[in-house]
Amino acid sequence: MTTTNQLSTQGLDLRYGDRLVVGGLDLTLPGGAVTAIVGPNACGKSTLLRGLSRLLAPAAGTVTLDGADIHGMSARSLALRMGLLPQQPVTPEAITVEALVRLGRYPHQRLLSPWSAADQKAVDEALERTGTTGLRDQPVDQLSGGQRQRAWIALALAQDTELLLLDEPTTFLDLRHQLDVLDLVAALHAEAGRTVVMVLHDLGQAARYADHMVVLKDGRLAAAGPPAEVLDADLVRSVFDVDCRVIPDPETGTPLVVPKGSAARHTAAPATA
Amino acid sequence: MPNLSSLFVTATERAAPFGEPPRALRHLPLFLGGIGALALCAALSLALGARSVPLSTVLDALSGHAEGRDALVVTGLRLPRTVIGLAVGAALGVAGAVAQGITRNPLASPTTLGINAGAGFAVVVAIFALKLTDPVEYVWFAFAGAAGAAVFAQALARRAGDIDPVRLALGGTVLQLVLLSWTSAVMLASRRTLDEARFWLAGSIAGRQLDTLWPVLPTLVVGLLLALAVSPALNALALGDDSAQALGVPVTRIRLAGGIAVVLLAGSAVAVAGPVAFIGLAAPHLVRPLLGGDHRLLVPGCLIPGPLLLLTADVAGRLVIRPAELEVGIVTAFLGAPLLALLARKVAR
Repeated sequence: MTTTNQLSTQGLDLRYGDRLVVGGLDLTLPGGAVTAIVGPNACGKSTLLRGLSRLLAPAAGTVTLDGADIHGMSARSLALRMGLLPQQPVTPEAITVEALVRLGRYPHQRLLSPWSAADQKAVDEALERTGTTGLRDQPVDQLSGGQRQRAWIALALAQDTELLLLDEPTTFLDLRHQLDVLDLVAALHAEAGRTVVMVLHDLGQAARYADHMVVLKDGRLAAAGPPAEVLDADLVRSVFDVDCRVIPDPETGTPLVVPKGSAARHTAAPATA
Repeated sequence: MPNLSSLFVTATERAAPFGEPPRALRHLPLFLGGIGALALCAALSLALGARSVPLSTVLDALSGHAEGRDALVVTGLRLPRTVIGLAVGAALGVAGAVAQGITRNPLASPTTLGINAGAGFAVVVAIFALKLTDPVEYVWFAFAGAAGAAVFAQALARRAGDIDPVRLALGGTVLQLVLLSWTSAVMLASRRTLDEARFWLAGSIAGRQLDTLWPVLPTLVVGLLLALAVSPALNALALGDDSAQALGVPVTRIRLAGGIAVVLLAGSAVAVAGPVAFIGLAAPHLVRPLLGGDHRLLVPGCLIPGPLLLLTADVAGRLVIRPAELEVGIVTAFLGAPLLALLARKVAR
């Protein structure tokens, strides 16, 4: 089987206890692309990401990476192929940025084997790429939200995997830092050829940054495909229950969701629709 | 008090970066200082007590050149007591570091996992039912009780197949309270059990001979090796279960292995000395400001402050109400309570 880093699911059911969160999902996430998973709150986006990264065992169905069941792999061999940034990771007290990023080398190390030059190189590159080289000796718990998020992404980069899963990497960040993180993801894909799968909230950002979009509603697949083909007014109405127009983004030409005027309190000029 | 706590915080901020490969040489002065302090404590433990012996006589007695009552006190009573103190302190210190690592809770300790209470209950029941009278006979009951309680605490903490760290700490605490009340119930029902058990239950290394230590030596060694083996994974576990799993750590298996290491170490300690609290809680907190949070340094690092604390408390217990003695478990509880308050304040901040 070739390594194209293609994740797919076959009849995937994910449950928390008795509650079915994701049901009957047949999905293929193209390798070598940036995929955004979107959908309303509680639609199962993050749960799906947990299922894809083996944090949650399927109640039924399978998740495969290039055709191989990820539950048949050892924790370590999967960690060498897939990195993950969870939504709310725990920052150990007093840990420095570099020490945090070094932990990304965990799957590459063996008991009693020393820290190698390759390990240090991967850490230095991850710091460089995320712009955190200057912060390497600072304690992570004293950084701003945007800096902290970049440090965590650097950890996932130091893991040096072809496939990177990000769970809402822009949450709690201001607009500038959201764009920084997304530009970083875009650069990772463009320059380093990484396959990225991320859960996003903002449909416009998903359309701008993703090659492939997976839209979930109530744990079921509502649509999947390139954003320009998938994202239209009917989809937004049926999935998010929002009346809107979808227009080309004046900057990028990608679909931009503009809610209808009735959803606004102020109008500058008479609405045209 | 405020001075002390601010000192602690600044020390933590300066802590060595964690996640770095252990560089033994950088910490050599610290290591030598620790060994020196430990040697001093051991010497004091050999010399001081109801009958104080000059250090020169201690040295003569150890090398076999001295005879008489003083030499007999040193080699026959204080040497085994000191060796046992070193072993028990080391075991409790390492067990504490692993317990805090697997629960990701800086207030966790072997006591929190129900180990001391389990041992205490098993010993009291054995004294009551089997009419035991000698601490050597308690060893395996104590060990079995400690293991049973820890297994039960881990079972309480299981959720959807995984061990939840918060449930582990809470479940262990609840279990501890239940076992303590059962222990009291048995002792109140039997005057003889109360008389036999109360000194053991206080936690003491007095009057123990080395043949109390030999049976648990294998479990101590296996526990220590297991603790050292899981320590790199504890660094990843500190990032949360999801991150650790994504880094290739088999989280449930590591938490189980760490739990077994704690049971072997703390179970052996309690089997020899009875329940001694706070050593396991305090030792990692003494090491972290000096060596940082890297478990590859922290876990073996606790081999020094553990016995240091235990021997200091033991010697202090011999001096405060001379010629009588306070059990080491009472002294550590006495010193540990303010420490716990201090740590809780720091964690809450």
